[in-house]
Amino acid sequence: MRRFGLRAIAVFYLLTVLLGPLSMVFYRAFKSGLHPLWTSLSDPNTIHAFKLTLEITAIAVPVNTVFGIICALAIVRRRFPGAGIVNAIVDLPLALSPVVVGLMLFLLYGRTGWFGSFFQDHGIQILFATPAMVIATIFVSLPFVAREVVPTLRELGDEQEQAAHTLGASGWQTFWRVTLPSIRWAVVYGVVLTTARCLGEYGAVAVVSGHIEGKTETATLRVQDYYENFNQTGSYGIAIVLAAISVIVLLAMTIIRPKEAT
Amino acid sequence: MGFVTTFLSIVVLLPIAALVWTSGKHGWHEFWTVVSAPEAVAALKLTLGAAVIVSALNAVLGTITAWVLVRDDFAGTRLMNAVIDLPFALPTVVGGLTLLALYGPSSPLGVNIAFTRTAIVLALLFETLPFVVRTVQPVLHELDRESEEAARSLGAGEVRVFRSIVLPNILPGILSGVALAFARAVGEIGSIVLISGNLPFKTEVAAVFVFNHIQSGDQNGASAVAVVMLLISFLLLLVIGGVRYLTTRHERRA
Repeated sequence: MRRFGLRAIAVFYLLTVLLGPLSMVFYRAFKSGLHPLWTSLSDPNTIHAFKLTLEITAIAVPVNTVFGIICALAIVRRRFPGAGIVNAIVDLPLALSPVVVGLMLFLLYGRTGWFGSFFQDHGIQILFATPAMVIATIFVSLPFVAREVVPTLRELGDEQEQAAHTLGASGWQTFWRVTLPSIRWAVVYGVVLTTARCLGEYGAVAVVSGHIEGKTETATLRVQDYYENFNQTGSYGIAIVLAAISVIVLLAMTIIRPKEAT
Repeated sequence: MGFVTTFLSIVVLLPIAALVWTSGKHGWHEFWTVVSAPEAVAALKLTLGAAVIVSALNAVLGTITAWVLVRDDFAGTRLMNAVIDLPFALPTVVGGLTLLALYGPSSPLGVNIAFTRTAIVLALLFETLPFVVRTVQPVLHELDRESEEAARSLGAGEVRVFRSIVLPNILPGILSGVALAFARAVGEIGSIVLISGNLPFKTEVAAVFVFNHIQSGDQNGASAVAVVMLLISFLLLLVIGGVRYLTTRHERRA
């Protein structure tokens, strides 16, 4: 009897908070038929917003993947003083509001900011342009690869690496032939999480982008723009495209996870 | 090694320094005046209040959900397990929009919670749903069921078994999940911005306060509240680190 009570609570919780609302979005997007949906989605500014989101993601993900792997290796393999601090700093973006991240970059690269005048004198636009949006996205998606690789490296131990080393392999060879193959699923998992975070980033990008339609507007900002301008179909339309990407990400996560466990 | 520290310094530490410097450059007194202004206090109070409610709900409902996922076995558990991570994968703005679709002005259920504080709590529940479930689930999965059986055969009731055997084991998981959820709730903006209406003194959370004050050019106000949020984040990271330190104590000794 109690078993069913708990089951009912869990199912009710997921339905009211998660699945119910989500299914409504699909209904809302298709409610007024395919034509208005298509008009909103093929709007040049919307296409530009999707392109910009993909561009930012295409820069931020590789940067954070390389950084994440190197950072994890440094934390686990080199027991240097201050490893704990590095570990804590890497975790910070998980606990910090994206808006605060945006504000920090605003203060750094804005007109009156520390580096604002320097870049302005050299004619480089950072704030309200792609560079600041890329930096913001890198900041908020920083921890994911490192977070996934650190425990895997720890469990792996360094015996194989030492063996390779004794057999005369160089540092690079050891990394490519021994370390990377053993952590590859953790890396892939981290990359999937990073990608999801980059595509969906809102708060930090909202602050540093300036929200200029057709120029610095990403897909998530476009959702808000459409909604506030009473184009509900457009808003829900972009939302389902983003939701569809999330479902793909989720599928990738479920497929990769068991492999990682074995 | 040098690469890691340089990268972290440029990407993370430098921006933090800029924020702390800006908020402190007019002195402690000015900082205090700005942060204790009624609108800022209202925003911070609302944010912390909502975060406390959401964390408490998460602790209970997240644990129940994890329990059902591990111990119960019915047709829906696999599907449930797969959708738990959806809020992680879904953009926050889309999360907020989904809630509007069901609980907004044209709700098919006839409940309109848009522009209320309830909407904020609901949005935060949506975004923080996976945290406790995903920290408790693995612990529950590895928990040795023999000690529970032993307790039962010695005559302990279900409540007693849960309180003296299961709970002490999963408590660290619950705590770190709650701390993560709390941190997320304090900083959340994307899922809230469409549904809350962002009315100062009523439904303006701290993150939206910071955003609005940047837009209106009030850098001091934005920075002061942002520093408070930064401090809360540091505190929560300390809590999470502390829990991790205590639970891995035995492993590190071995």
